[in-house]
Amino acid sequence: MSAPATGGAAVPPKVELLGVNLRYFGTEGETEALKDISIAIAPGEFVAIIGQSGCGKSTLLSLISGILKPTEGSVLVDGKPVAGPSRKVGYMLQQDYLFEWRTILDNAVLGAEIQGADIRKARERATQLLTRYGLGQFLHHLPRQLSGGMRQRVALARTLCTDPDVVLLDEPFSALDSQTRIALADEVAEILRRERKTAILVTHDIGEAVSMAERVVVLSRRPGRVKSDHAIRFATANGSRPAPFAARNAPEFNGYFNTLWRELEVHVEG
Amino acid sequence: MSKADIRTETGPSPQYREWLRRERRGHLAVRAAQLAVLVIFLVLWEVLPKAHVINPLFTSYPSALWPTFLELLKDSPQQVNILAHTWATVLATVIGFTAAMVFGTAIAAALWWWDGLYKVLDPYLVVANAMPKTAFVPIFYLWLGATMSVYGMSLAISLFVTILMIYSGFQGTDPNKVKLAQTFGASKGQILTKVVLPGSVPTLIAALKVNAGLSLVGVVVGEFQSANLGLGYLIQYGSQIFKMNIVMCGITILAVVSSLMYLAISWLETAVMRRR
Ligand SMILES: Nc1ncnc2c1ncn2[C@@H]1O[C@H](COP(=O)(O)OP(=O)(O)O)[C@@H](O)[C@H]1O
Ligand SMILES: [Mg+2]
Repeated sequence: MSAPATGGAAVPPKVELLGVNLRYFGTEGETEALKDISIAIAPGEFVAIIGQSGCGKSTLLSLISGILKPTEGSVLVDGKPVAGPSRKVGYMLQQDYLFEWRTILDNAVLGAEIQGADIRKARERATQLLTRYGLGQFLHHLPRQLSGGMRQRVALARTLCTDPDVVLLDEPFSALDSQTRIALADEVAEILRRERKTAILVTHDIGEAVSMAERVVVLSRRPGRVKSDHAIRFATANGSRPAPFAARNAPEFNGYFNTLWRELEVHVEG
Repeated sequence: MSKADIRTETGPSPQYREWLRRERRGHLAVRAAQLAVLVIFLVLWEVLPKAHVINPLFTSYPSALWPTFLELLKDSPQQVNILAHTWATVLATVIGFTAAMVFGTAIAAALWWWDGLYKVLDPYLVVANAMPKTAFVPIFYLWLGATMSVYGMSLAISLFVTILMIYSGFQGTDPNKVKLAQTFGASKGQILTKVVLPGSVPTLIAALKVNAGLSLVGVVVGEFQSANLGLGYLIQYGSQIFKMNIVMCGITILAVVSSLMYLAISWLETAVMRRR
């Protein structure tokens, strides 16, 4: 692929992948996880990446976050090649992975602590974030005292505490029950939009992708390639994007859902 | 989140109170049975030799221990008092297991840091762990002298199992927690100090438990051979002059020392685990 698809914006992309291949090496051979991936993501864009389990979604995020290097091709953030984990990119993993020996507040400042940031300021910011997410009374509790949804909110605070421009979300709600999942999706989408983050959400839940993102990229089965790229638009009175829960009830929702469903199902058959 | 949450305005329900009562009764029954076992043991130990069912020359009996103990409290020309012996043994044990914990953790960390080092040393560690360290008691005596050989045996007997336990604890760290730290750009040192070490605290405590016992074994065995001080020495001495009272007195004190160490570690464990 030569010209990477952009979200239609003329501004330089915030995140760009150019002809990225990634192969994992093991004693039993190599696994081709991603093949010839080219995507450009505009600043402030909320992109969902969907694909079946094992198609390389997590791998893609690890590449953008800099904890993996592409076997071929390049990954750029702000036009510069990614050399390793950077403060510009925050990564929210599939589960909260809170450290059970740290309090909620201490968990939330972990990133700032590792990055050697001013710890007092970080604690202030984390306190603010946690309070905003309704966890103000739990700052000094331990993770085991919190429910799954609360824990995932702590993980979000931990990611945002270092104030990254780009937020990567790897199936952040998959460990939650369906009600919590939908409620939290609303909150997270709202928070990320308000803070004008560039967000890349990986999921295998089509409804989640359509309701949260303004653009959905479909990956093929392994080795993952960009199968298609869809802009998601909802007509609303004020022209702004509806919250995920409202989007699920919008008339356009089913159309997008069915299109993407078909895209994914093609791969189930072959 | 805790049982307090389920309490109604009127306090615990009668059913819950009944359940608590039964729990408490069960707990007391266990304690009573434990005490009974000890009492039965002591009674048999007292009665059987006295009735000459077993030869008292070999076993002594509990009521004889107290006078012996009082006698041993006094320094004599040949002997320092028994408290000095006990102190020597306890000190050597504490030194032995502290050294084993410190070196064991440091070596495990080095093996974690350099995977190649682990791969090379793995078979040697396994063999060193399986070796009966007590075979080295005579050599240690020659190499290290009376006092140091006791510390050395105590360390040798607990070091390798500590390294292996702690290393496997380090290896058991959730790779996703490591990945999480890496997403923030954590260095290897930060991964060690912020993820691996704090995550391995339960393993460290388990190692401490194993060690305390092993170190005491090492000390006593070392004292058999080499020292002129310590409970191991006292036991050896008592058996050589065929004074079972002295031997049994030493053994009883060892039992008390082990129990106290066990209590101290359990207390530490509760204190640390309350934070998790
Ligand atoms: N560290 C690894 N070593 C070897 N193969 C891997 C590794 N991580 C992932 N893979 C393989 O690469 C493929 C893509 O994995 P992943 O990115 O986790 O997929 P997804 O997140 O879409 O489920 C999978 O088939 C997986 O088995
Ligand atoms: Mg995944």
